[in-house]
Amino acid sequence: MALRDIRPTVRRRASRVSSYVVFLAILAVLVSLADWENLSKNFLRADVAATMFPMVWRAAFNTLWYTAASFVAGTILGTVFALMKMSKGPLKWFAVAYIELFRGLPAMLTILLMAFAIPIAFSSFKIPSTISALVALSLVSSAYTAEIIRSGIEAVAKGQREAARSLGMTHMQTTMSVILPQAFRIVIPPLTNELVLLLKDTSLFFAVGATKFSKELLQFGRDAGTTNANFTPYMVVAVFYLVITIPLTWLVSKLEKKMAVKK
Amino acid sequence: MSETTSRARLHPRDTPDPNAPPIQVIDLHKFFGEHHVLKGIDLTVEKKQVVCVIGPSGSGKSTLLRSINLLEWPSGGKVYIEGIDVQDPDVNLDRIRTRIGMVFQSFNLFPHMNVLRNVTIAQEKVLGRSKEEAQQIAWDMLERVGLTDKASAHPSQLSGGQQQRVAIARSLSMNPDMMLFDEPTSALDPELVGEVLEVMRTLAQEGMTMMVVTHEMGFAREVGTRLIFMDDGQIVEEGNPREILANPQQPRTQAFLSKVL
Repeated sequence: MALRDIRPTVRRRASRVSSYVVFLAILAVLVSLADWENLSKNFLRADVAATMFPMVWRAAFNTLWYTAASFVAGTILGTVFALMKMSKGPLKWFAVAYIELFRGLPAMLTILLMAFAIPIAFSSFKIPSTISALVALSLVSSAYTAEIIRSGIEAVAKGQREAARSLGMTHMQTTMSVILPQAFRIVIPPLTNELVLLLKDTSLFFAVGATKFSKELLQFGRDAGTTNANFTPYMVVAVFYLVITIPLTWLVSKLEKKMAVKK
Repeated sequence: MSETTSRARLHPRDTPDPNAPPIQVIDLHKFFGEHHVLKGIDLTVEKKQVVCVIGPSGSGKSTLLRSINLLEWPSGGKVYIEGIDVQDPDVNLDRIRTRIGMVFQSFNLFPHMNVLRNVTIAQEKVLGRSKEEAQQIAWDMLERVGLTDKASAHPSQLSGGQQQRVAIARSLSMNPDMMLFDEPTSALDPELVGEVLEVMRTLAQEGMTMMVVTHEMGFAREVGTRLIFMDDGQIVEEGNPREILANPQQPRTQAFLSKVL
């Protein structure tokens, strides 16, 4: 029986099965070649992982609150810059320049620059490096958020503004009660994305140094790794990141569905 | 310099003149880029008139309506609302707009608010009414359009006809002196047109000054006190609706009516 005489359904199934077989074969070769004994000695030592508790909770908490603080600040600033960019006149050009500047620089560079510049500029206030890093991350985040929110505002139907204005609402009233609430619903998915990116970017704080109690997850993991001369802390930290991000995205997708129904 | 002085002398011209016609348009022109959409419109709408505007698409009907509450800024000419020059920079346009109700083809209800909130928000924010007062008025208006049972629904849960009736209630809650309707039934399924026209008919009987851009010739004939036929940015013919619909004088009116009737 020639190949083309086989029924299409059978042929499709055969090709699917053969692709699984090839994939598993490649995986099996890689797994068999790896040095598992050494890997687990370096990455999966329970006794090393145990030394990280309970302080790792503190680091996880720090990561969360750094993320929340820079997200809130970034979203508020970003909304202001989005509105400025959509206005006419000099404010628009200030917003354009700001957004281009902070989107164009690596977040790490902004954090380093702020960590050096802020304590020099405001030396009488004794600002901790973590706060400088938070300011930097908020600025970076606001540049991205501004573009996200601007796209959301532009996606709100033109008739919404007209209806509000024809009822006598001012430009500001219209923006605050009619346009922005709808724009935010539209941009929930890209904002979630930004939140997750921000969560991971808090790991850049290790560049500016931290005290025992202000370390975020990655720095805590690095330090624990160095102390123990072992990579296990990195694995622990990786699990912590996933334990935060996966439920977070799940929660937001639930929220999004709920909002969509109400719309 | 002298112009500034004269404007200062005229100011404030913010209070409506009770004896002036609700709407007066003088030599109104509108360009969209090169496109000359309104070519010198002269129109006066008197109190309690129901003016229906008909004409082929692209004839400038909607633009005329939108120019009256300045959703479109005129390229030339004057618009007076109750005697107030609405293009005067000293005039508070938002306050004038509260006196002009506007109903859109696409309803434009606020989708993130329920029906009651749609009808109360502008009352509270613009007229400064208390929440209780605004809600009381909203219930009255919803009763007028027969939708009190939908007060807590969201716009997406309503039919097109119901949405448009809420939009009318929303406009009425501001106690406007006049209402503009921009093809209020054109986006509706045929079986839903009647309920909206019925609300508008009642409104006309109560003496509301109305200007209605429409394709509903039956409504124009029975409810309209005056009919305007527009084509190519100009008013071609106007007068008593029954007479024009039965016996159009201008060739362009005849051609248009022969197609739609």
